[in-house]
Amino acid sequence: MSPEEQRELERRRRQRNYVLGGVLVGLAALFYLITLVRMPG
Amino acid sequence: MSGAPTSPVAPGLPLAGAAPLASTDFGDWRDYLALTKPRVMALVVFTALMGLLAAPVAVHPVIGFTAILCIAVAGGAAGALNQWYEADLDAKMKRTRGRPLPAGRLTRDQAFGFAMFLAIGSVTIMALAVNLAAAGLLVLSILFYVLVYTVWLKRRTPQNIVIGGAAGAFPPMIGWAAATGDVTLLPLLMFGIIFLWTPPHFWSLALFVKTDYREAGVPMLPVSHGLAETRRQVLLYTLPLVTAALAPWALGLTGLVYGIPALALNIVFLAGAVRVAGNRAEDPAGMKAEKQLFAFSILYLFALFAALAADRLVLA
Repeated sequence: MSPEEQRELERRRRQRNYVLGGVLVGLAALFYLITLVRMPG
Repeated sequence: MSGAPTSPVAPGLPLAGAAPLASTDFGDWRDYLALTKPRVMALVVFTALMGLLAAPVAVHPVIGFTAILCIAVAGGAAGALNQWYEADLDAKMKRTRGRPLPAGRLTRDQAFGFAMFLAIGSVTIMALAVNLAAAGLLVLSILFYVLVYTVWLKRRTPQNIVIGGAAGAFPPMIGWAAATGDVTLLPLLMFGIIFLWTPPHFWSLALFVKTDYREAGVPMLPVSHGLAETRRQVLLYTLPLVTAALAPWALGLTGLVYGIPALALNIVFLAGAVRVAGNRAEDPAGMKAEKQLFAFSILYLFALFAALAADRLVLA
């Protein structure tokens, strides 16, 4: 793999990780809110 | 995809050395997003939201948001499974050959894993956070789109769009079920409207992209039965569509806030279908009526469901 391809691979991987991180944080917040709403009383 | 993997950075050049890693790790997050067919998802989200708002039960905003999110994600899963199964077909059509799988930016395994993760995740969250009725309908809609439409019908019969259209008709019913836990006449009519809207919508598109479908071997109606018959069917399906679209008003389930726009929209749709039926053009360049009906059909569905939800909110 050329250095250019290596850099491109790492850039895409990093971007995917940021997006996945954002999705996980969003899901954690959603589950927290659902728990509050569904909690009796 | 066959043969050695090629470089997505320099297409056509094989990846030397770490080819297996590179060929499975070059997918951009936008490619995963593209697998979910975001433009289709917009219509799914909108109709589901309208179903939720039209329901006679006020749902907590967090639960409502969760329900719509699950419906959107499940729609994305179905779209991804569709692209996973149809990668070979997509590669043959001009309109679809740039998609992540035919373009070689993602592997079929990646697409399948991603789709299953979305499908199982959305159904599980719907069942746990919203209710079982909505989760059950969600499962049914994914299975219907993937197994009945994509795997069974699409390549076998020109009726693919007619029966397969039911898959796209589920969202407002699921939105309603998310709010109420059941399904009554109005959500069934909403289902019926999308079900009957799908054939004239897709056939007006298929009329001017016929060559694409023929080259891909998909037996769409214009390919199997010709342009004249397709145009006749567009008009024939518009008649029950108009009936179903006016039924909520005629049956007293809605008021004038829905009735008046519905009447106007259906008159325009019917006029468009009559123009299509009367068109004799063989060349896509002469198919202005078909292109206009296709474009209007999208606006029609958005406006009709917006009017329905607005009417129900006013009544409430």
